Amino acid sequence: MTLPDLWFGIVAVLWTGFFVLEGFDFGVGALHRLVGRNEDERRVAINTIGPFWDGNEVWLVVGGAGIFAAFPDWYATWFSAGYLAIVLLLMALIMRGVSFEFRGKVDVPRWRHTWSGTLTIGSLLAPLVIGIALGDLLAGLPVDRNQEYTGSFLDLFTPFGLWTALTLVLLCLLHGATFLALRTTYSLRIRALRLGRLVGLVAVAALVVFVVWTTRLADVDPLALAALVAAPVLVVAALAMLGRHDGLTFAATALAMTATVGSLFAALYPNVLVSSTSANFNLTVQNTASGDYALQVMTITAAIFMPLVLLYQAWAYVVFRRRLSPPAEQPPTRAHGAGEPASPPGEPPPASPPVVRPG
Amino acid sequence: MDALDLARTQFAATSIYHFLFVPLTIGLAFLVAVLHTKWFRSGNPDHKRLTRFFGTLLLINVAVGVVTGLVQEFQFGMNWSAYSRFVGDVFGAPLAMEGLAAFFLESTFLGLWVFGWNVLPRRVHLLTVWLVAFGAALSAAFIMAANSWMQHPVGYTTDPATGRPQLSSIGDMFTNTIFVWAYVHVILASLLTGAMVMLAVSAWQLRRKAALFRTSATLSLVVLLPVSVLALMVGSRLGVEEARYQPMKIAAAEAQWTTCQPCSFSLFQIGGGNDDRTPTQLIEVPHLLSLLATGTWDGRVEGMDSVQNRYQQQYGPGDYVPNVFVQYWSMRVMAYLGSAVSLLALWGIWLAYRRKLATSRVFLVVASWAVVTPFLMNTAGWVLTENGRQPWLVQGLMTTADGVSTSVSTAEVAISLVVFLVLYAALGFVDAFLMLRYARRELDPAPPDEAPPDEEGAGEGSPALAY
Repeated sequence: MTLPDLWFGIVAVLWTGFFVLEGFDFGVGALHRLVGRNEDERRVAINTIGPFWDGNEVWLVVGGAGIFAAFPDWYATWFSAGYLAIVLLLMALIMRGVSFEFRGKVDVPRWRHTWSGTLTIGSLLAPLVIGIALGDLLAGLPVDRNQEYTGSFLDLFTPFGLWTALTLVLLCLLHGATFLALRTTYSLRIRALRLGRLVGLVAVAALVVFVVWTTRLADVDPLALAALVAAPVLVVAALAMLGRHDGLTFAATALAMTATVGSLFAALYPNVLVSSTSANFNLTVQNTASGDYALQVMTITAAIFMPLVLLYQAWAYVVFRRRLSPPAEQPPTRAHGAGEPASPPGEPPPASPPVVRPG
Repeated sequence: MDALDLARTQFAATSIYHFLFVPLTIGLAFLVAVLHTKWFRSGNPDHKRLTRFFGTLLLINVAVGVVTGLVQEFQFGMNWSAYSRFVGDVFGAPLAMEGLAAFFLESTFLGLWVFGWNVLPRRVHLLTVWLVAFGAALSAAFIMAANSWMQHPVGYTTDPATGRPQLSSIGDMFTNTIFVWAYVHVILASLLTGAMVMLAVSAWQLRRKAALFRTSATLSLVVLLPVSVLALMVGSRLGVEEARYQPMKIAAAEAQWTTCQPCSFSLFQIGGGNDDRTPTQLIEVPHLLSLLATGTWDGRVEGMDSVQNRYQQQYGPGDYVPNVFVQYWSMRVMAYLGSAVSLLALWGIWLAYRRKLATSRVFLVVASWAVVTPFLMNTAGWVLTENGRQPWLVQGLMTTADGVSTSVSTAEVAISLVVFLVLYAALGFVDAFLMLRYARRELDPAPPDEAPPDEEGAGEGSPALAY
């Protein structure tokens, strides 16, 4: 394995990690108004991802910077080709990112409503655009012999790109729902599970089509296996949801996300961006890679810091593992939860009352 | 305007905007960490209230700083794809390292700090805020290494097959003399910005008789005085280094067309620019330019005409003179305001020493309004650095005109420019609104959510809904 191959693997890991992590906070952002019926509940929903979303988004930053550093030509062609789409993506990420911080800062319903809106739209739009961009890598874009994009804005909307986007958005919603179920109690959790089941059914259908489509585009059978993993995983997820093992369900949707994004990169290799103009113009791992010295330096950096990052990010999830509930719905007064199923067995005890910071 | 002009405008506008927030958050993160440490040591709930107060101001700006940073990273590929292809081998590495080593650290621990009250053990919680401050400062190191490479490319060899620079020594990149001085300068400017904002807010609050803010006012002054003086000194040292590698930048900053020895420094001139070589000099200080540009009393400073001739022989025909008017005034705005901030800090320290800080109304009014100075200085500093590099994108290796994306149309750049301008204006409006609201708010009452006294037991609390 050459250094460029290794770096293609690292880039794939970074983008997969991005979707596994930011995927659920996209989902929670998009679903928070559906799952939360009142301000307290919506606030709880947002706070389930509060400590994590920022760290999750860095996976995208590093995924992008990794491509810049390891495959400059890929970065240059891809980002300039998708110009207006990326502007849209940035708009989505900007609106979404500030929504978290701004939303709770003024206690006026209209203010909160506005930032809830930008959070929802941004959380849907971002995976949508990234999905199209990732799908396009495999579907192919009009790229000439100088690796320059020759198409227009509309050429970005390849059928496979759109389907990839649809699949990823659905997976994000499902992933968000299972995360919400894992971190909330009572009615919030029930509603998240109900939504998750609904989205899950559609997601499985989209995923089956995605898998078949991917294998046809890539024309390689063994790689299809990776993608096929995704479908059974989702079945497991559905079963797990019925069985009310929230941790297992979330692990299953995380695995489904890993398999989906991972398989896309696996199908892409050894290309990094297919040219629909001519296969001779394909951008590949070898013809876009940086020199060996730069890749060595970055390999060492990644070898040192990736384990550290995984360690402290995992620790953050351990620290904030407790379930959150709205102030009005506090245990242990069970009477309040009448009519709703009690916590499933094996679940950590419901959280003690969260203290709402004044102001 | 063609695509190149629009792309340049967009990069300049988004960078300047991004850098309004970056130094503020780097500096304020450090100061909030100090306040948090004070609370940790003293157990005084007032210190905690101050920590939370300034922590909120920090977070509002971090939000905008982070999201506008995304634009910066993506823009290289979007608008400057020819540049990205050309330099990615060298320039990409520090950006990727920044994410891996610093940005992950900063973002993850910020979440832990914000939501960690009453959840993390107190000692660990204190550590998280220091890691945020450390991560933010470390981030800047990688970005400055990348930028310094554009000012003074080192540690690379040219690939004979493609003609592109290839990284050959990462050590050289991080010992680049421009990087070392520019990085220290940026960190000092960041501390200055954070301290100035903390001072201004504290001064405003002291005018409203919120006596607790004496603590933060004193802290900010203790930081402000040394860093504002050091920033001037390090900045002038950076100027000497730049004069060696980018003589045009420094000559243009002094509107010095002809070579001189010794050289006097023009304090104020009327007119002056690329088409006006003989502006009216109002005040000149003999020998000062020699001192600033070379570090010696009688130093020789090469004029723009001479550099232009050399560059034409070296790189071929072309205009290698940047916009002189912009260069001259950005340097002066930065330096004069920097000196003014030092004087303000000195005044404040003297008042604090005489125990009159909270009652000197004139000082408090001036200090409140001085909040704008660091932002003007930071902007002027970057305009000086980046405008002075023109027409180069990478000094001596690639011009800005050659770096732009060829596959992106003028209309596309025009659309994105309008989108960013509108979006950033809206963000700026909301940020300013929230800052004014939260900076003028009364301190929270003594926190009701006091952590349990025994330290390790604090881990059993439950997280606040911070959002």
